[in-house]
Amino acid sequence: MRVVVDFDLCESNALCMQAAPEVFEVRDDDFLYVLQENPPEELRSKVEEAVRRCPKQAIAIED
Amino acid sequence: MRQVVVVGASLAGFRAVEELRHQGYDGSITVIGAEAHLPYDRPPLSKQILAGTWEADRLPLTAIGKDIADLDVEWRLGVAASGLDLGARQVSLGDGARVPYDGLVIATGAGVRTLPGQPQLTGLHTLRTLDDCLALRRDLDAGPQRVVVVGAGFIGAEVAATARQRGIDVTLLEALATPLQRALGGEIGVVCGDIHREHGVDLRLSTGVAGFDDDGRGRLTAIRLTDGSTVAADVAVVGVGVAPNTGWLAGSGLVLDNGVVCDATCLAAPGVVAAGDIARWPNNLFGELMRVEHWENAQEQGAHAARRLLGQVVPYEPVPWFWSDQYDRKIQLAGRSSADDDVQIVDGSIEERRFVALYGRAGRVVGVLGMNRPRPVMEYRQLIAAGTSWADALAR
Repeated sequence: MRVVVDFDLCESNALCMQAAPEVFEVRDDDFLYVLQENPPEELRSKVEEAVRRCPKQAIAIED
Repeated sequence: MRQVVVVGASLAGFRAVEELRHQGYDGSITVIGAEAHLPYDRPPLSKQILAGTWEADRLPLTAIGKDIADLDVEWRLGVAASGLDLGARQVSLGDGARVPYDGLVIATGAGVRTLPGQPQLTGLHTLRTLDDCLALRRDLDAGPQRVVVVGAGFIGAEVAATARQRGIDVTLLEALATPLQRALGGEIGVVCGDIHREHGVDLRLSTGVAGFDDDGRGRLTAIRLTDGSTVAADVAVVGVGVAPNTGWLAGSGLVLDNGVVCDATCLAAPGVVAAGDIARWPNNLFGELMRVEHWENAQEQGAHAARRLLGQVVPYEPVPWFWSDQYDRKIQLAGRSSADDDVQIVDGSIEERRFVALYGRAGRVVGVLGMNRPRPVMEYRQLIAAGTSWADALAR
């Protein structure tokens, strides 16, 4: 699983961080950092939750 | 359960469908939608679509890892539900059809309110649907001399900001002395108004609409105000809130009181759940009968209601969250806030338009508002979910 963020769309709403903190972190500079671009399979449902919650639909999973 | 009907081709309805399939439900699903469109995303309507930077082809909702066809849904679009027979388990439609169900998701959302006696005039708009948005955009594309926005709530504020950023002169009317006074309290409401003034909006507070003038052929020419003045404008947008679309449920036996009243698990009647703007349910976390008109709630509650229909009896206890984009400011609000709460700025400052405000009530932290501070909003949201005391939240 590969996580791809469209940073032109991302507005740091930080909902992804709430859904999958192992993978997404909005830091104090208010930018989103992807902590693991290839997260392990056991995080798939959390990452899917992050994809779903993103108000900008800026996150995609490429298998 | 073999026959699920979802009334409302909305975000809540769509997420309910997606969750039903995700949970392995393999019976039939019929979605009934009053609009002619497949489910689409509404937040960009007052922002990117109205600004002209996005086209409507970016709006359709998508299912994760699936084509929408894989959801195997019968779409009945462009026809509204007109009635519900709980005993016979049938939904009736505006075209006379009757659709049987053994599981029903009510997700008909909310519709715009209008002003008392508001006339039908060319140039006079409301904004809720894609068609509303495209009609308003055509009028903005024509280069109006001035747009008047009635109501400085979040939709009105976003429309004002988008029009202003298109270089159009904007007058923003608010009946109260402070924008968002009841929701956010005076101090924060003042900031929300000042942002517009700083961007050249003619913001008029404590001012309502006395009437609309037209050219005798049904085209808007001016808005008369309650202070006796008149503003010449060829476009106006009324943004005075929404009301739940419960009309089709009148007499059905469901409890209707500012929405469809559900139990704590989103169940409205045996085999019937409700989700999104129309659902009112006791949120145990806040001890309050709650109805939420936010994007995130529509999808979370849609999924929760779908699981409830499948027999997962779990109370729905979210901390509501939403955002609003205006100019280069992002406002985010989690939890519940009201004018009566204690308010403390805990990060940044109002002067720099970058801050976090906490709301406390009865010894607990109940809400957080951030302006261009997304990370702390999420952190405080988790404290609200954990029932953190006001003192502990402030000491964080």
